Amino acid sequence: MLLPRVEPKRSAHGWTSRVALVGWGVLLAGNVAAAAEDLSVFSPATRPASSIRDLFFLVLGIAGVILLIVEGLIFYCAYRFRQRRGEKSEPPQIYGSTPIEVAWTVAPLLTVFVLFLVVVRSVTEVRGESPPADSLRVIAIGHQWWWEFVYPDLGIRTANELYIPCREEGSTPTIALELQSADVIHSFWVPRLGGKTDHIPGRTNRMWFDAPERGAYHGQCAEYCGTQHANMKLLVVAESAEEFRLWHEQERREANHEAAVDAGRERFLALNCINCHTIRGTAAAGTVGPDLTHLMARRTLAAGACVNDHEHLTQWLADPDAIKPGSEMPNLHLSRQDVDLIVAYLSTLH
Amino acid sequence: MAVAEPLAMRTELSDTARLRAWSTTVDHKRIGLLYVGTSLIFLVIGGLEALLIRWQLWAPELRVLGPTQFNQLFTMHGTTMIFFVVMPMLLGFANYLVPLMIGARDMAFPRLNALSYWLYALGGALTHFSFFAGGAPDVGWFAYAPLTEYTFSRGHSTDYWILGLLVSGLGSLFTGINLLTTILALRAPGMNLARMPLFVWMMLVDAILLIFAIPPLTAAQLMLLLDRSLGAHFFDTQAGGSALLWQHLFWFFGHPEVYILALPAFGMISEIVPVFSRKVIFGYESVAAATVTIGVISMGVWAHHMFTVGMSDVLDAIFSGASFLIAVPTGIKMFNWIATLYGGRLRFESPLLFAVGFLAMFVMGGLTGIMLAAVPIDWQVSDSYFVVAHFHYVLFGGSLFAIMAGFFYWFPKASGRRLSERLGRWQFWIMLAGFNLTFGPMHVAGLLGMPRRIYTYSDDRGWTLWNQLATVGALVLGVAFVLFFWNLFVSWRRGAPAGDDPWDAWTLEWATHSPPAPYNFETIPPVHSRRPLWDLKHPQDPDWILPDRAQPEVIA
Ligand code: HEC
Ligand SMILES: [Cu+2]
Repeated sequence: MLLPRVEPKRSAHGWTSRVALVGWGVLLAGNVAAAAEDLSVFSPATRPASSIRDLFFLVLGIAGVILLIVEGLIFYCAYRFRQRRGEKSEPPQIYGSTPIEVAWTVAPLLTVFVLFLVVVRSVTEVRGESPPADSLRVIAIGHQWWWEFVYPDLGIRTANELYIPCREEGSTPTIALELQSADVIHSFWVPRLGGKTDHIPGRTNRMWFDAPERGAYHGQCAEYCGTQHANMKLLVVAESAEEFRLWHEQERREANHEAAVDAGRERFLALNCINCHTIRGTAAAGTVGPDLTHLMARRTLAAGACVNDHEHLTQWLADPDAIKPGSEMPNLHLSRQDVDLIVAYLSTLH
Repeated sequence: MAVAEPLAMRTELSDTARLRAWSTTVDHKRIGLLYVGTSLIFLVIGGLEALLIRWQLWAPELRVLGPTQFNQLFTMHGTTMIFFVVMPMLLGFANYLVPLMIGARDMAFPRLNALSYWLYALGGALTHFSFFAGGAPDVGWFAYAPLTEYTFSRGHSTDYWILGLLVSGLGSLFTGINLLTTILALRAPGMNLARMPLFVWMMLVDAILLIFAIPPLTAAQLMLLLDRSLGAHFFDTQAGGSALLWQHLFWFFGHPEVYILALPAFGMISEIVPVFSRKVIFGYESVAAATVTIGVISMGVWAHHMFTVGMSDVLDAIFSGASFLIAVPTGIKMFNWIATLYGGRLRFESPLLFAVGFLAMFVMGGLTGIMLAAVPIDWQVSDSYFVVAHFHYVLFGGSLFAIMAGFFYWFPKASGRRLSERLGRWQFWIMLAGFNLTFGPMHVAGLLGMPRRIYTYSDDRGWTLWNQLATVGALVLGVAFVLFFWNLFVSWRRGAPAGDDPWDAWTLEWATHSPPAPYNFETIPPVHSRRPLWDLKHPQDPDWILPDRAQPEVIA
């Protein structure tokens, strides 16, 4: 996925927030430009992820030693005892040896016992104590094939891009996710932030991690969930407390209402988009698809399937299947004119 | 021992008579061959599916396949390879070999045996018929609910999947019962349990596992069928059903299943390694005991497939511990095989090449298995390509390499002819290279965050290189399989005549003709020890005059 290096296009209510938003946009753009898409479990950014990486290296070390020993023995025997030319007689028949067999039963037993203890310690370390009461609570809901994020304490609902405060001098907030599903099983996996946990319909799973450094963290759904499992991507954006505050204040606002795009808004409200999408401040209150109130605050469309820019938005409305074949957003066979009007309208939803 | 005319019967019968003879046969050898032959056909299908999958993943954003096609292919690839290739292949070998190895005339229930085979064939056909009936299943081989519910999986593809596995599962269950009875009741005079060939030991445990593992699967399939067609709500989460119930039932089958696929392979290795090392197996008792231990523990590890569903710390710890524990008896076997090689006079013909390949590859799969049993590591890499790599090292590097060893070893018994040794060597080295090239890089892709079952990926995720290596590897593997099939095809009719006992082996199947007459044995050699033919060949130094270890007390 390309990360847009573009500065998010934004307009605002009044000049104060406009200035603030531009400032935020510049910061964000700088931050994004620096970020590489790294999904490696070897570059942990949180405590749980680091502790898993350490455990991984430890177990890899043990497994590596065993591997070398066993492969070494196999190759040694294969080479040393291969039949030489002219050898005919049967070698001595050795039926077994109780001491040796006991030894190679007890040694592995001890090894796995140690491993077991290490694992128990690590499980409690990664998931042991519950998150502190002042954690940022986010309800993450998996949908076929996009993510919904609800911040119950902040009163916001967004999609696909999870904004969180980052770690700062003297303060490391905890992010506590409550994982749910609207349909089938999904799995929340952002390798740099920690292991995965499943979203299971009918249940709420919990996972939590300490805020990482400022930056963007990539991941995607890890449990096969149907046609577009591959394009159910995740982006977690960690920002300074100040940026995060600006972001959620903006998110809480109702949608922009610009007179210049009245025509587009009317088309949108007249079509069945409103059965599936919410735009707060309008009559659109559907919950089947992502909330579009602040669509332009997102970097990507359709859970990371493409960059969120004018061109892709147009293509998405004209033919969602061209971008994400099989997605639950239907092709409404809009006229070219309708598409343009609606895109113009959606582009004002900062 | 006279050399039988290879496949003398072929020439005497007309085509229709032969067809009738094969399709109505209740002879365990023919049924065994039917199993093996049919699973070879499915092997080709599953292999081609794998190649298409690898083609699609060759580069980012390819559109060789659409998402639905891709999802169908990986579902069918997994389902086919597990249920219609490896399992029936091994049951085929067991069908052919167990009665011969224990000196029996046939299986205990020959007609049930035929029924098993035909249920398997029907199950395979049903599942594959879905391709022509509106589309193949696309829910993954473990078909997690509620994705399989009618709400999310319209049409009948999932129904074909359910029915196919239901039917073939019954076949496997009957085979389990049949093998168990055969082994317990039909052994030749003198062959007590402690004198059975290890392959038979492993099939004994395998049969018991089949009997325990298949019913939960069958139950789960029936429940799903009820959900889908009669509006029941077992797994229908929107009506209060449980998504996890399916996982528990499926993996209660699924994990023993892994050992159902591994034990017969272990058995083959335990026969082949000694014969080609020219040494008796080192520590027969501990290999047999380890097998039983594996069988027992394998029924208590299923939830290690479920570490990410949010179980409690205690459950996670228990299943992690049990999974670690099962590594111990598996390790014991590994050491026993290596100790058998040690001090031997290794005859590196194709069977031993593949067997040693098995040892070397299976260790990898076993060790990544240990890594996955460490719960927090599993949280990171489960459902990623790391897991895909892991179970291919177990099932391909393990079971399939053993099956290849088995083909080269027992083909002469079944056909009276030898497979070409030259082609065998080429196949081995190409396969070994292709296998590691395909599945080695997948470990890395998984650690770099690539989930399994995605039909495409974008170029800046850093997975391209690893996928390209894997795709090249898959092509190399394809070449190895072409050599294998060519070898089978040519040697079946024109291979060098093998004689009854081409490998100078020690178990009873080599005491009769190649191929054996329908009644198997004219006279059964006396069984005084674990290696009746060794005793015959070395009258001055038989196993049974040795103290304790070689001549177990007569128990049965
Ligand atoms: C049947 C319900 C449905 C209808 C009708 C519908 N959408 Fe959607 N829409 C969705 C779903 C579901 C998604 C999420 C798709 C995905 O990511 O897989 C979506 C995604 C989108 C997105 C991308 C949102 C994001 O954050 O990535 C936009 C923009 C959008 N729809 C606009 C529209 C417009 C405009 C209309 C009317 C012309 C419309 N939708 C009609 C269901 C619907
Ligand atoms: Cu998903």
